[in-house]
Amino acid sequence: MKLFVSEGNPHCLKVLAAVEVSGVQCDVQYVNHEERVVPFLSRPALPALLLPSGLHLFSSNAICRYLFEVSGKDSSELCNQWLEWEATDLQPALLQALHLAVVQGKGSEVSKVLQGPLNYLEQSLSKGNTPYLTGEAVSVADVVLWAALHPVLSDASLALGERASIKAWFDRGAVMHSCQSAAQKVLQGNGLQGMKSYMQRQPAPPSSQRRDSQPCNSNPAESEESERAVSAEEMETAALTWSKGLNTCPMATSRQHPILPQEGKRNILLTSALPYVNNVPHLGNIIGCVLSTDVFSRYGRMRGWNMLFISGTDEYGTATENKAREEGLTPQQICDKYHVIHSNIYKWFQIDFDFFGRTTTEKQTEIAQNIFWRIHKHGFLVEDTVEQLRCEKCQRFLADRFVEGICPHCSYPEARGDQCDKCGKLINAVELREPQCKVCKETPSIRSSKHLFLDLPKLEGQLEQWLDKSTSTGDWTANAKQITRSWLRDGLKPRCITRDLRWGTPVPHPDFKEKVFYVWFDAPIGYLSITANYTDQWEKWWKNPHQVELYNFMAKDNVPFHSVVFPCSLLGAQDNYTLVNHLIATEYLNYEDTKFSKSRGVGVFGDMAKDTGIPSDVWRFYLLYVRPEGQDSAFSWADMALKNNSELLNNLGNFINRAGMFVTKFFEGCVPAMELQQEDKRLLALVGWELQQYIQLLDKVKIRDSLRHILNISRHGNQYIQLNEPWKKIKGGDAERQRAGTVTGVSVNIACLLSVMLLPYMPTVSQTIRDQFNAPQSCVDTMLQGTGTFVCCLSAGHRIGTVSPLFQKLEVDQIEALKKEFGGQQVFDVYDA
Amino acid sequence: MALRELSSLEKYLGLKKPNKYSTQGDKKVPVLQNNNGPPLVGLGTIASHLVKEAKRPNLLGDSAESRAVVQQWLEYRLTKLDGCTKEDTKAILKDLNLYLQDKVYMAGNQFTLADTFMYFGIHPIIVDLSVQEKEQYVNVARWFDHIQRCPGVRHHLPPLVVLRNRIYTSKHH
Repeated sequence: MKLFVSEGNPHCLKVLAAVEVSGVQCDVQYVNHEERVVPFLSRPALPALLLPSGLHLFSSNAICRYLFEVSGKDSSELCNQWLEWEATDLQPALLQALHLAVVQGKGSEVSKVLQGPLNYLEQSLSKGNTPYLTGEAVSVADVVLWAALHPVLSDASLALGERASIKAWFDRGAVMHSCQSAAQKVLQGNGLQGMKSYMQRQPAPPSSQRRDSQPCNSNPAESEESERAVSAEEMETAALTWSKGLNTCPMATSRQHPILPQEGKRNILLTSALPYVNNVPHLGNIIGCVLSTDVFSRYGRMRGWNMLFISGTDEYGTATENKAREEGLTPQQICDKYHVIHSNIYKWFQIDFDFFGRTTTEKQTEIAQNIFWRIHKHGFLVEDTVEQLRCEKCQRFLADRFVEGICPHCSYPEARGDQCDKCGKLINAVELREPQCKVCKETPSIRSSKHLFLDLPKLEGQLEQWLDKSTSTGDWTANAKQITRSWLRDGLKPRCITRDLRWGTPVPHPDFKEKVFYVWFDAPIGYLSITANYTDQWEKWWKNPHQVELYNFMAKDNVPFHSVVFPCSLLGAQDNYTLVNHLIATEYLNYEDTKFSKSRGVGVFGDMAKDTGIPSDVWRFYLLYVRPEGQDSAFSWADMALKNNSELLNNLGNFINRAGMFVTKFFEGCVPAMELQQEDKRLLALVGWELQQYIQLLDKVKIRDSLRHILNISRHGNQYIQLNEPWKKIKGGDAERQRAGTVTGVSVNIACLLSVMLLPYMPTVSQTIRDQFNAPQSCVDTMLQGTGTFVCCLSAGHRIGTVSPLFQKLEVDQIEALKKEFGGQQVFDVYDA
Repeated sequence: MALRELSSLEKYLGLKKPNKYSTQGDKKVPVLQNNNGPPLVGLGTIASHLVKEAKRPNLLGDSAESRAVVQQWLEYRLTKLDGCTKEDTKAILKDLNLYLQDKVYMAGNQFTLADTFMYFGIHPIIVDLSVQEKEQYVNVARWFDHIQRCPGVRHHLPPLVVLRNRIYTSKHH
């Protein structure tokens, strides 16, 4: 048996006294106040007794009782009663008293605080007429109370007043040598001051104890309320907002292309990482870039920001050439084919791009070459010779994916020229053992070739200066900051920007004819060229850092290209380019708990989503619900069904549908009059608070987290309906019918708010709700203003349309069939670069 | 509240004649007028008394250790659960969840008074938990569901729904 105690802790005084009085053999160990001895308690709790069974006791009274029982002294009922009184009545008062005396230096106020319990003890002792609390002999109750009171009773300066019976009892305890010696051990002879360091670590007790002897008028119903407390002020504010009504002058939500930055507006340029064209995008792609960007873009427009959302397919590079060979097409044909596939998939997922372009355009060549020449002119390019594999039969250099061989690190037989899929290490193609040309299987020879490198070390100073500013003023996800920091910590090296390939943007320099730009240099320039294909005035977005905020959305593997490499290209070009202000990177999405593996050619999905029969909005909802925000997450069919059934159907859909049905069934389709009572105002305040959280989170692009607050609102709504039972009240008297009206009216207005909050996530459902309610479009413009304004937008007398269910149940067998059809083995790459 | 709990306990114990209780102080601490001696004060004290009266001493624990554990949780109920703030509840649920990880009942493998009164005390907290939170504190939810289904325990409290199949897998949170 082991007893853990700490010095200066008044509770330890009790147990040490009990050890001495009971004479139980026990190994006593002194530890620090903050030591967490009891494994299941999150806050340190001392004293603690480790029992022979391995269990811990953490209540000092239970420990004392146990020590006494082991020594053969069972505690009586009276004893129980004193121990309970000590814990529930005396301790709170003592804690407050000690805090006053030791921490706040207000010893003079102690006597008032302890008055109640001390008087009670005095009365009991004098009435009982026995030397000890429970009779003629010392019991555990005496030891516990004596030890608890020792610090205050032995300090004369507290002037607690004369209480004869307590004094006699206390002195009787004091003669017991064991109690004195325990006090000496714990307080070190320093009296109250011996507890200072312990007391300073305790949370300050509430100034007026609920359990003290002062009369209080607290309403018991109130104190049992354990929901988030809503103040009267919050309720009144919410009711006031509610009564404001809709914005009289709605903002222009219709977009006029081309969208250009406007003076006096928040101008936001949104890019989502360009999906690589050589494959059908999968769920990982979709959530990692385009879907996340779409949510933010829709949200931002409702907030009244001036937004341009740009994306497109990334089409150059060796992967395209390989795919073309596989399918017997030219690279251009492959790009044309897959660009359409991508566009259609995103259309089905309702990704509302302002422009979805591609990188194989004349603008791309023009802008990339311009940036290249500017970097060249400013001396940020260096030349070097690179040893490369060349296949004489095919008459070409074998860049990364054109060659395979044995991995020099792990001996995996199918390692590629740039990276080994088995061990993940980066490989320099010439290091491959037994290299083979992927096309003709011939063994290539090593030849040297001259290349251009971006001099990143020379740009590092400028980059760091800009990064400091951007990461401290903008919203960068934690992973984006961390990945960027680790790149800088490792130091930057010159990076090759040219390749011996055909399918790419040609390098304009005469010494490097027949070479193209490396995709990492070329692809991000796609953002600029795609904008240029959207509007001739693209420079108003891209060379306007003072008016424009740039958001880049991507999965985490793409971070270094957006935070280090591409900014260096733009900084080196010295042309006042708009650089990224907010970098939003997701973690990885796995499939059915299969581990993420990169670029194995599996994970086709986007085009199949619509074949499942599950609506696009439900796909969006689930992908956003499991958005890998802050940590990796997994797509699972079973989970998707459960989220659909529990959150969409039973929570959200149920609430909205009931609210509408009540209006239809009980009030002939017209919103009834509403007389707000306290309870309604309280709900308005709760809903308003959730709306505020939603806005705060979405402003910071916490897309998954803010979705939770939408679901909280419908949960509040369901509880409210359940509690008020309008379907019963409607059959009652006038007052009850009126109450049913108010509850129905408030509910249907909350449903209307939900439709607005849902818009970024589930655009179709959002519109359907407003159509069903005939809700004015202006509610979309009103609710998300400022910190959130939940107004009554369907006022009394408003006629709603036909209400019908919004969601359908996903059955187990349906989901099992889908799971089987799509297999549990597929893996989604979040980004296939 | 305390009086309803005691009356539920009486029914559970099968005591024939219901006792008459009064309360004292602003906190409405229950008081039992005892014919054989001075009145008993306090929920834990009276509950322990009733158990002894019903000759079911095992409900207080069947060993010195388990008796100490039972008393400890009775005290925890009165000092920590009662009157806890919204902020406290998270820490309480977290601690209990860890504690109950390897236990069927509060005092290990045996149903005791600690289960009854921790159940009564935590009921108002569990009422307010969302399905998701119940899953977060899965061991508490399991224990709670188990206790509310024990014949004769629940009495004055409404049953709460605890889902057995998880719908929020932990890795998403």
